[in-house]
Amino acid sequence: MERDDIVEYSLDYHHSEEEGVQVRKKIWKVTAILSIVTIIEVAVGIFFPKASVGEWAWFMIKLGYIILTVVKAGYIVMIFMHLGDEHKTLRQMILYPYILFILYLVFILYTEGTYVGEGWNTFH
Amino acid sequence: MAGAAEIDSATAWGGKTSPFKVSYGKMMMWFFLISDGLTFGGLLAALGFAKFANPESAATWPMGEEVFTHIPFTHAPAPLIYVAFMTFILIVSSVTMVLAVEAGHRMDKKGVIKWLAFTVVGGLVFLLSQVWEWSTFIAGPDGDLSTWYDNATLQHNPYGPTLYANFFFFITGFHGFHVFTGVLFNILVLRQVIRGVYHKRGHYEMVEKVGLYWHFVDLVWVFVFTFYYLV
Repeated sequence: MERDDIVEYSLDYHHSEEEGVQVRKKIWKVTAILSIVTIIEVAVGIFFPKASVGEWAWFMIKLGYIILTVVKAGYIVMIFMHLGDEHKTLRQMILYPYILFILYLVFILYTEGTYVGEGWNTFH
Repeated sequence: MAGAAEIDSATAWGGKTSPFKVSYGKMMMWFFLISDGLTFGGLLAALGFAKFANPESAATWPMGEEVFTHIPFTHAPAPLIYVAFMTFILIVSSVTMVLAVEAGHRMDKKGVIKWLAFTVVGGLVFLLSQVWEWSTFIAGPDGDLSTWYDNATLQHNPYGPTLYANFFFFITGFHGFHVFTGVLFNILVLRQVIRGVYHKRGHYEMVEKVGLYWHFVDLVWVFVFTFYYLV
């Protein structure tokens, strides 16, 4: 019996030779961006180690690292994993709950971690 | 249907087609990646907890550029260079994987084989680098694996708090295991590509699915690199 309840979406992604050239151009562009960001991160790590910079500067470097990491992650997820071109509902279903949950987890663990550290400093 | 409201097909999903416009297998891969991402998110957040809770009476939390200063075949100090190399290897293998997926979209069997093979090689290089990095980390500053008492273990390590080495083994180990299974999947899919299974099927979606997994492994390493090695 032929089933009519299966729609084959796998074929939607096929493209022609000309479109392939465009896609590959985009891939190489993203490769360059990811490499440059990594080189910047390592260079900062080598030339501005935590021991040699002040507390305020280190905080800004840390913030910069986190921003650059999120930029890299964004390129990987949106371009390499193709999520940027998927259907909007799929993209939102994947990203929003995850981001919300992780942000909460990070917030609560770091807040609690700070208090635990203070507790040990006080009573140990 | 007496009493029930008619479904307005202009606003509601009428069934049959996927509301996400994606095949079953690909959506399940995304579900898996979300749950796996939560595992890694939990591990890295726990690392942050341990760092924030580290008391002043304990050893200070070491910095990556002070611990990972070695590159193979020389004793010249090279902080973070080898870790950067490993990051680069993983990014490049991610690129070759996306090129394999692109070739699959054009039904270019030869292209898929070429790029997928490069991806497997990249994964193996990363795994071997991981072996070298672990043995260097365990050996400690004296560079001698046989003197067990000053090696890095789960009980003690020459760098800082006990948890520092524990998180190193657990996070990079768990990630390395993901790379290992990824290479295994890539090899299996490469075999199917060579046998022409996907060409006969009419699409190379299986390459796309293992590609999603492989990109995820790269994605996790980007975060491990920042939160374990850099900050």
